[in-house]
Amino acid sequence: MELNFPKKPFRTHGGAAVPHRKHTAQQESVVMPIPAEVVIPMQQHAGAPCVPTVKRGDSVTVGQKIGESTAFVSAPIHASVSGTVTSVEKVLMPTGASVDAVVIQSDGSMTPDPDLKPPVLNSKEDFLKAVRESGLVGLGGAGFPTHVKLNIPEGKTVDTLIINVAECEPYLTADNREAIENAQSVLDGVAAVKEQLGIHRVFLAVEDNKPKAIQMLRQAAEKTSFAAEVCVLPLRARYPQGAEKVLIQSCTGRVVPMGKLPADVGCVVMNVTSVAFLADYLKTGMPLVKKRLTVDGPAIAHPQNVIVPIGTRVKDILAFVGCKEEPDKVLMGGPMMGTAIPNLDVPILKQNNGLTCFTGKETHVPKATACIRCGRCVSGCPMHLMPTKLETFVQTKDIDGLNAYHVMDCMECGTCAYNCPAGRPLVQAIRLGKGLVRAAGGAKK
Amino acid sequence: MTHQLLVSSSPHLHTPVTTRRIMGDVLIALCPAMIASVIYFGWRALMLLVISVATCVLCEYVSRRVMKREQTIQDLSAVVTGVLLAMNVPSSLNPLELMFGDLIAIVVVKQMFGGIGQNFVNPALMARIILLNSFPGDMASWPVPFAADASTSATPLGILSEGGTYTPDYLQLFLGNRGGSLGETCALALLLGFIYLLARKVIAPTIPLIYVGTVAVLSFFMGRDVLVDLLCGGLLLGAIFMATDYTTSPITTKGKVIYAIGCGCITMLIRNFGSLPEGVSYAIVVMNILTPLIERATRPHAFGVPRKKEKEAAKQ
Repeated sequence: MELNFPKKPFRTHGGAAVPHRKHTAQQESVVMPIPAEVVIPMQQHAGAPCVPTVKRGDSVTVGQKIGESTAFVSAPIHASVSGTVTSVEKVLMPTGASVDAVVIQSDGSMTPDPDLKPPVLNSKEDFLKAVRESGLVGLGGAGFPTHVKLNIPEGKTVDTLIINVAECEPYLTADNREAIENAQSVLDGVAAVKEQLGIHRVFLAVEDNKPKAIQMLRQAAEKTSFAAEVCVLPLRARYPQGAEKVLIQSCTGRVVPMGKLPADVGCVVMNVTSVAFLADYLKTGMPLVKKRLTVDGPAIAHPQNVIVPIGTRVKDILAFVGCKEEPDKVLMGGPMMGTAIPNLDVPILKQNNGLTCFTGKETHVPKATACIRCGRCVSGCPMHLMPTKLETFVQTKDIDGLNAYHVMDCMECGTCAYNCPAGRPLVQAIRLGKGLVRAAGGAKK
Repeated sequence: MTHQLLVSSSPHLHTPVTTRRIMGDVLIALCPAMIASVIYFGWRALMLLVISVATCVLCEYVSRRVMKREQTIQDLSAVVTGVLLAMNVPSSLNPLELMFGDLIAIVVVKQMFGGIGQNFVNPALMARIILLNSFPGDMASWPVPFAADASTSATPLGILSEGGTYTPDYLQLFLGNRGGSLGETCALALLLGFIYLLARKVIAPTIPLIYVGTVAVLSFFMGRDVLVDLLCGGLLLGAIFMATDYTTSPITTKGKVIYAIGCGCITMLIRNFGSLPEGVSYAIVVMNILTPLIERATRPHAFGVPRKKEKEAAKQ
């Protein structure tokens, strides 16, 4: 079968030349010692929160399920260390929501759950069930439950699998390290997904500022039995290359219709760490209990990638990595889309992939001056929106205007606000605009 | 209580390009033309530039103070307006008349409409038009370059407009050795500024190229001397530095194309059929006023929204 791979990526619109600052790209990841205590929130995914299945005083083992939900769009949560549950309490999430969390005192032994075994896959249903049981969610940051994504609805055909190794956020190199250190697992995961979903065209999409990852993935791909069906595609290193819709357009030239999903244009996009984890899970049966994070930023003495149990508090990680200065601002994720956390007690979630620590002058938020209508927000918007217009509509609370200019289709990548010479908080305004539209009864079709 | 951290909305990184830096770049781009004006028209040119800038900044300062608004002179936009207005007047102009123009530009056109980013026409151009109508004699007497005395001449387009004959020396026109307002004469200096603005990504080439291109095509079909039309009458100054003003030109690329074609057409209609020798100022101001309409008509097509044709195809 002749496969249709482009020689070079398709053109996409807009974006910004953000600085890369990938200081940790060449460093081997370090496994952090087991923290004394972990805090595991019951909501680490898009969808319904889980209900704790353990109570205070219970002893737990690594990989034991401690949170479950009956809702379809959800993913179970597992203990990341062995030890004793000291409490089940409400914690404040970086988003501002308050959710239940299981606090586990580690016994330091990391005893695995004796019941864990590799899943038996006899059908596609078995596979999807196993994916759900693994607790896997989109590890690139969105946290969308993977079993939902892979459950392609009846009537839609998917012909392309895209593995997202773009990692366009400044500082972050966790996905890059995953590709370099676990290239084999990545390809094993690709093999499993393509077999289960019957896909015969796979892109491994990497920004061209990661030559080592491209090389490792190419080598691993050549050794597989389906080498002809895999294309390692270097993409232009320009933010936001890793955004799902942008990535699909770069690889296939297809445009995801507004309000639709990648499956509507025959694509499934998975993060590289997600797909590599899936391969390991199918081999060992150990669910998602640890995560690789890039810890970087001007406040960090020795920037590096660390592998930590999920639920480790940020302060424990910073104590391990070492700070040059007390950070004034800590971001979960990279500086473009990361969330600023209110304090260092916040635990690491499944979908976190970095901690960016700013201090002093980097924390400076530009003072907003008048819009000079330079148009940089419009020419930069990957969704072809007009952020400056949206901001005006927010100021006048013009719901019709917000709908007509498609405020709900903004993905909040931050390109507009990054580019704005007047330092206007455009993303913040757009978030408010979305709130206004929701309060008024949602987007009109 | 644990250590409290700063929180703010993403993104947490910002471009080093600020309004002030953009205005600074425009001033740097205007430097070759300013130097050329001083070479050709002597100390009077320098004096007018200094007076104009000083008056604009003072007007901006005072009007912000009076209106109890935040001070904006540090963004350098008033300096740019001052330079541009001085560039648009003959070196023989009475400084008081120029100061009147600066007052109109900053106070009436810019600040009364809300300051930077809010004016609906280019302040320097509107002020130039008002000067042209208030002091028609002074604004249309053009000192000869390098002249020791106060001898004046008509501009090439002025001669042609009166039905006279003009034998152009293209090299001298390109270098700017002719009668004209301070900044419009030296095409070489203006083009250097254009290249700088492009290299610094301050402006996109869309508006200047299409504007000048439209003028060239129309000039050819009207049977005029194309090179004279391109090099004379402030076309380059207008196309590069005035028509590209962010505030008064469309944000969208399609809009910029329509706007620039409009500028070119109006310029040539005035030059060929109007009683004025040149029409750059009026052309740009008219298109400035049309900008909000053009922008509304050329809204970018949002990602993934079916186009009209596709919608119709889907219905069938």
